[in-house]
Amino acid sequence: MPNLSSKKEIFLTGLWKDNPVLRQVLGICSTLAVTNLMVNTLVMDAGLIFTVCMSSLTVSLLRNYTPMRIRMMVQTLIIASYVIIVDIIIKAHLPDISEALGPYVALIITNCIIMGRCEAFARNNPPLASFLDGLGMSLGYSLILITIAFIREPLGFGTLLGIRVMPEGFVQWTIMIMAPGAFFTLGILVWISKYILPNAKNGVERK
Amino acid sequence: MELIAIFISAVLVQNFVLYYFLGICPFLGVSKKIDSALSMGLAVTFVMSITAVVSWLINNLILIPYDLGYLQIVSFILVIASLVQLVEMFIRKISPPLYQALGIYLPLITTNCAIMGLALIAALNGYSFVETVIFGFGSGIGFTLAIVLMAGIREQLDLSDVPEPLKGAGIALIVAGIMALAFNGFIGMLT
Repeated sequence: MPNLSSKKEIFLTGLWKDNPVLRQVLGICSTLAVTNLMVNTLVMDAGLIFTVCMSSLTVSLLRNYTPMRIRMMVQTLIIASYVIIVDIIIKAHLPDISEALGPYVALIITNCIIMGRCEAFARNNPPLASFLDGLGMSLGYSLILITIAFIREPLGFGTLLGIRVMPEGFVQWTIMIMAPGAFFTLGILVWISKYILPNAKNGVERK
Repeated sequence: MELIAIFISAVLVQNFVLYYFLGICPFLGVSKKIDSALSMGLAVTFVMSITAVVSWLINNLILIPYDLGYLQIVSFILVIASLVQLVEMFIRKISPPLYQALGIYLPLITTNCAIMGLALIAALNGYSFVETVIFGFGSGIGFTLAIVLMAGIREQLDLSDVPEPLKGAGIALIVAGIMALAFNGFIGMLT
């Protein structure tokens, strides 16, 4: 991947062709956990985009000064600092959502996408390309989260962003806001994406 | 009674994989064969029990008394990373057969969000020391149960006729959904 010349290509790869959730099956934990309400999803996305872009940028800026042996530790600390910033901002400005997201904001740190991008791309690419790669990947991730929330919230609560969209008398599918609904929705999305682009690598093989 | 309730809830009702969606990466990645799933489950249970103890000590003896709550994330992740390394070295020295059995699964655990989640959720719920230990052990058992069941189902799935685009992650997620549905039935046990 690092030999991709054009910046646009780097960006688009993350967005669709190599989409982290559908293609690489990374970062599923938070995908499933926060998508029962659109508001939570949007906040989570914003936090993740910020963390991925800034960590990729920082890792890339420091790439010539980081000794090989301790790079994992350095990356972890960089990511942790940005996650703490996100956590503090959400706690201060959106206390309700912070409550609803519970441990999942802090768990951005273990989201494999961030570490994956630092390790696979930012570590040996210039800052701007790394930033774009991070942006593409995190936007691709956000897109899927929004799609899932777009399916789960109307079916589960009959609302979208808290506004009623389903007709009166619509029976809410409670199952959609609970765990099984999340698994089913993501499973079906993976199915559809593989049906459209069948030649992709089997995601499960790649941790 | 309280402790038994925490244990049962961690194993069955609020199962880490099927309720909190934590540890899905190994859940999908290492669930192709029952014996490797079992090894992974045991490794996770082991690390979870130790993490529960250490993270409780750090949180209650250092972070809370000195008002350093904002350092929780970074201190937990560092503790877990070094703990996994330590456990790995310790097992290699003390029990080579166990080390052989756990093999590559130990280092993989560092990036397992279930471990980090355990430390965070235990801190969030404000469990006492004993409760945290029970919670950590129970969560590990719950993870083992889920991943072994999943491996059993996937061994059968290999023999069945699944549509081509659904193979791999797709069918695994849908099976996980059905399992989550079944585990939902346990909610009644605690009320």
